[in-house]
Amino acid sequence: MLAYAIRRIAILVPTLLVIITLSFLIIRLAPGGPFDEEQALPPAIKANLEAAYGLDAPLAKQYFRYVVGLLHGDFGPSFKFRDVSVGELIAQGLPVSLGLGACAILLAILVGVPCGAMAALRQNGAVDHAIRSVAMLGIALPSFVVGPLLALVFGLYLGWLPVAGWVSGDARYMLLPVITLALPVIAYVARLTRASFLEVMRSNHIRTARAKGIGELRVISRHALRPALMPVVSYLGPATAFVVTGSLVVESVFGLPGTGRYLVQGAINRDYTLVMGMIVVYGVITLLCNLVADLLYSWLDPRVRHE
Amino acid sequence: MSKSGFAGTLWGKALKRLARDKAAMISAGLIAFIAVLAVVGPALSPYTYDGLDWEQIATAPQFTNGHWLGTDRLGRDLFVRTLHGVRISLAIGILATLVSLFIGVAWGAIAGYAGGRTDELMMRTVDVLYTLPYIFIVIILTTIFARGNIYVLFFAIGAVGWLTMARIVRGQTLTLKRREFVEAAVVAGVGPTGIVSRHIVPNLIGPVVVYATLTIPQLILYESFLSFLGLGVQEPQASLGSLINLGAREMESAPWMLLGPAGFLVVLLVCFNFLGDGLRDALDPHER
Repeated sequence: MLAYAIRRIAILVPTLLVIITLSFLIIRLAPGGPFDEEQALPPAIKANLEAAYGLDAPLAKQYFRYVVGLLHGDFGPSFKFRDVSVGELIAQGLPVSLGLGACAILLAILVGVPCGAMAALRQNGAVDHAIRSVAMLGIALPSFVVGPLLALVFGLYLGWLPVAGWVSGDARYMLLPVITLALPVIAYVARLTRASFLEVMRSNHIRTARAKGIGELRVISRHALRPALMPVVSYLGPATAFVVTGSLVVESVFGLPGTGRYLVQGAINRDYTLVMGMIVVYGVITLLCNLVADLLYSWLDPRVRHE
Repeated sequence: MSKSGFAGTLWGKALKRLARDKAAMISAGLIAFIAVLAVVGPALSPYTYDGLDWEQIATAPQFTNGHWLGTDRLGRDLFVRTLHGVRISLAIGILATLVSLFIGVAWGAIAGYAGGRTDELMMRTVDVLYTLPYIFIVIILTTIFARGNIYVLFFAIGAVGWLTMARIVRGQTLTLKRREFVEAAVVAGVGPTGIVSRHIVPNLIGPVVVYATLTIPQLILYESFLSFLGLGVQEPQASLGSLINLGAREMESAPWMLLGPAGFLVVLLVCFNFLGDGLRDALDPHER
């Protein structure tokens, strides 16, 4: 287990470095710079600006400077938000985004797994059909449609919850965004759980357990649950990537002060350091979540470690 | 081909099973209807997608004035604009799927057939790309090129859609390459390129078709997602995503601006998903 964990962690650093290098290169090779405004700046001023931000140095030196800065936790200055560093922008928005994402994944597991298990245990029954149809819709409906519709119904017509906005610590402002973000993940988790439960319930060790005369509830909780949850555990990695992407939309729909808008704004403004910073932060988050999912998986299923 | 001969083949049986699947058939019909509507619909309306109607600013849908889905804040006809968005969605769905199909099949088949180090390296690359949210790649690509260039969008979206396809194709190739007919081809002196292109790829059609059908709604979703964020199709062009974005901002006073485009997008996505599921069940009855 320890050897496997060390091996997995050891891959993490080069992967991250590849991501940083690639995105750095691609962004810098792009035509057009952050100071190409509609009205061209006088060449002297532009040269001064580029010197001030270190853009006049050779590319290799810029890259080296950037990576060394990252090691010190310095993401560099933002090119478009004056007098603010990228690190400050991220520190401001990240708690909101992280909270949102964590709540969504937690909700997805807490709702998705029981729904999937219920559907599997009543295969082809009414409950099964209902859950499968809802899951289908949950996967097919994009969050930028679900979000506005939920806001329209629960915020405007019924008036139960605020339409948008953010008050720190007030759960009512979190509810609709979290549900919007979690819905497709719930649907996917329910589908996965249903499929793997069906397979596990047909396997030999369940037949043996039943033959021994163990009650159905105990068969499910002691013998079926753990193997049936394996696909869900391995889905947790991709689910994080999905939630990260989804949070861009959800933050924009509900006007949350998270980090998502910085990535979009940065891309529109060609704010190099901001886009890079967001990619590094999101890259670290997804890599860490994948690591946790993999370790959890190998802890639950020892066969993986010895491959 | 004689009728009985065709009915007995894999595809004949699959089509028969598909014809019995009500959800899939209704979905196929709806998709065809929407596609025809997207092609001929704008010609039926007296308005154009970027024409302004100053007399009818943000009016609700009605039949008398010809604005069948209402107008937006600038008085542009939403029926024509929505169908314009549907055209872009369908074009993206099909062209970007072809791009991802091409890359994915080639990548997966080569990795699977080559095996060893090559396979390891190629599939590790896929793994690394897989852990990244695809949006990074697309956002980086749209940062490089001018925004609003629709061909860049096709390529960028297709370029991120091929990962799962490559995995599926590789898995299938691994089992195929141990089959007798491949051995026979090797013995007959066919080179690796010939084996992959003439003997492996043609036998992958089943799973590839199923997954390609399921890729279409995914890529349609990516495009409208980008346009929703303002990174995709630019004004005055209309995409379902950008229309939904505008509609979501105006939903308090003009809910039809949201509901029309959202309705079309949802119906398209759900139908393609049902059709893909139906195809999978038809081609591989064991899955059920």
